[in-house]
Amino acid sequence: MAQTFAEKILARKSGRDEVRPGEIVIVRPDRLLSHDNTAAIVGKIDADLGDRTDFRAAKMGLSPSAHVVVLDHVVPAASQKDAENHKAIRAYVGRCGVENFFDVGVGVCHQVMVEKGLALPGMLVVGSDSHTCMYGALGVFSTGVDRTEAAALILTGETWLKVPESIRIDLRTGAVPTFGSPKVGLSPFLTGVTAKDLILSIIGLLGADGANYQCVEFHGAGGLSIDQRLTVANMGVEMGAKAAVFAVDRRTQEYLDSIGVARDRYEPVWADEDAEYSRRLEIDLAAIGPVVAKPHTVDNVVPVEEVEGVTINQCLLGACTNGRASDFELAASILRGKRIARGTRLLLAPASREELRKSIASGAIDALLAAGATLLPTGCGPCLGAHQGVLAPGERCLSTSNRNFKGRMGCAEAEIYLASPATVAASAIEGKITDPRKHLPSPASRERGRG
Amino acid sequence: MTKIWRYGDDVNTDMLFPGKYTYSCSTAEQILPHLLEDLDPAFAAGVRPGDILLAGKNFGCGSSREQPALGLKAAGVEAVVAKSYSRIFYRAAINQGLLLVECPEAVEAYRDGDEVRLDAAAGTIAVGEREFSFPILPPEILAIRDAGGLLPYARAKLRSQS
Ligand code: SF4
Repeated sequence: MAQTFAEKILARKSGRDEVRPGEIVIVRPDRLLSHDNTAAIVGKIDADLGDRTDFRAAKMGLSPSAHVVVLDHVVPAASQKDAENHKAIRAYVGRCGVENFFDVGVGVCHQVMVEKGLALPGMLVVGSDSHTCMYGALGVFSTGVDRTEAAALILTGETWLKVPESIRIDLRTGAVPTFGSPKVGLSPFLTGVTAKDLILSIIGLLGADGANYQCVEFHGAGGLSIDQRLTVANMGVEMGAKAAVFAVDRRTQEYLDSIGVARDRYEPVWADEDAEYSRRLEIDLAAIGPVVAKPHTVDNVVPVEEVEGVTINQCLLGACTNGRASDFELAASILRGKRIARGTRLLLAPASREELRKSIASGAIDALLAAGATLLPTGCGPCLGAHQGVLAPGERCLSTSNRNFKGRMGCAEAEIYLASPATVAASAIEGKITDPRKHLPSPASRERGRG
Repeated sequence: MTKIWRYGDDVNTDMLFPGKYTYSCSTAEQILPHLLEDLDPAFAAGVRPGDILLAGKNFGCGSSREQPALGLKAAGVEAVVAKSYSRIFYRAAINQGLLLVECPEAVEAYRDGDEVRLDAAAGTIAVGEREFSFPILPPEILAIRDAGGLLPYARAKLRSQS
């Protein structure tokens, strides 16, 4: 019988020929990700781990290479408590022989999973973080789990999953006018529009629970770059999805080649053409314009025109959603030679050290700093409001991150608007929410920007 | 006799366990007095082991805090029977060993005073004179419940392997 991506991969991982939505399967995930919450997870099984020195000696179910630990949420430590937490995690990593440990400064866990080749096509990955769904961009079935589950997974190496129904979204690209230069012209979006506007528009359409417990498959996405797919898949959870996935194609392979992953190390999985879906949707990319998610829910999406002129105290460019070199280059193409408005802060939170290095090499960071931006350490930074860029009551932030919940940036009386890097860059110039199409890059900097 | 606690649609995690206690209460003893505090003040004092909750759609929506599932389990609630569940609550409940039954027909059929009997292994629920079936939970999920939650289950499994 024809199968969806989710059915196929979960059948494979549970050793069955086929599985149906609603069934529960016992699976052995290829990887478990945890971050600054590792100590809290391991604390639940301290007694089980005892004084054993590694997973193998302890006959733990999870292999030492399967657990990936990344310190990213509050880095470098902002308080003694954070420092003690990090210290406890390093001790655990040493004691249990966790091979894939990435200390402070390597990057946000999800970007690290991708660029270190730890999330590969056809894999099943779980992480104790809700945006684990990002690796769907590379044809991975990846989803967030709670701490109890992560702890049990360390003990046994396996967990249970309910086979989700799937929603199929077909992306249509017509003859789309684009930025103009040959390189930039590859973008399937209209001028000034990005993948962030696409996913925000979809979430606005389906609602915050519109894909509850489902796997969202994106078809016809060949025109989207890997970075664009990462932005889209990252936000799958904001419509309730268990996973959000793209087919593996030439672009995926070339990306994996570029990070040194040999083609025989992964086996792509994709849906059959006549698989059954709970819902099907077609999106015309040429019909997507710049949008903004207003406080305090991600599905509160309106065209940018509707909120133009709303004053902004802080702009955030970065996070795992939009903190890659292509995002900084796009913002730099708009801000190059300009200054951010008085009374507005522009914070840069690179998703990883690698992406930061690329952005430095391309000159994007220099252009942004010249325009008045502040560069933060690679990591989650202001995205979760634990430190760095915390807002004051009555303040407003325009951010490229993925959540605008009340209190998300550390203050319940502040407001967060979500938008694309282009909209954030244009708005930083004016100090208020601005349609990015009013600040289109000059021909010279167009060459560097990519929608 | 099994008491049936009946509620409507969209019972969220704040109604099940007020958010203001999220960081001060984490053990069963701390959670129990506040369970369903804002939804049904009589619940915490009146609930007895073996009782059943009957609810509408999207039960447990809202935050990912694990106290509601932990608390209902600790109170000895035999099962929640609802029309549907939010994804996060569904997983949290199973991991805490709380039985969830998804059976809209049974919820519709219930009339005050009806007796409700549940056979999780057979996948049947009797409401008064009528009987309904729901998808049988796989043995693995029933085993998680019988062990008292995912961690005790994992431990037992490890012991049996070594
Ligand atoms: S950058 Fe923000 S959304 Fe991404 S992992 Fe960090 S806290 Fe979560």
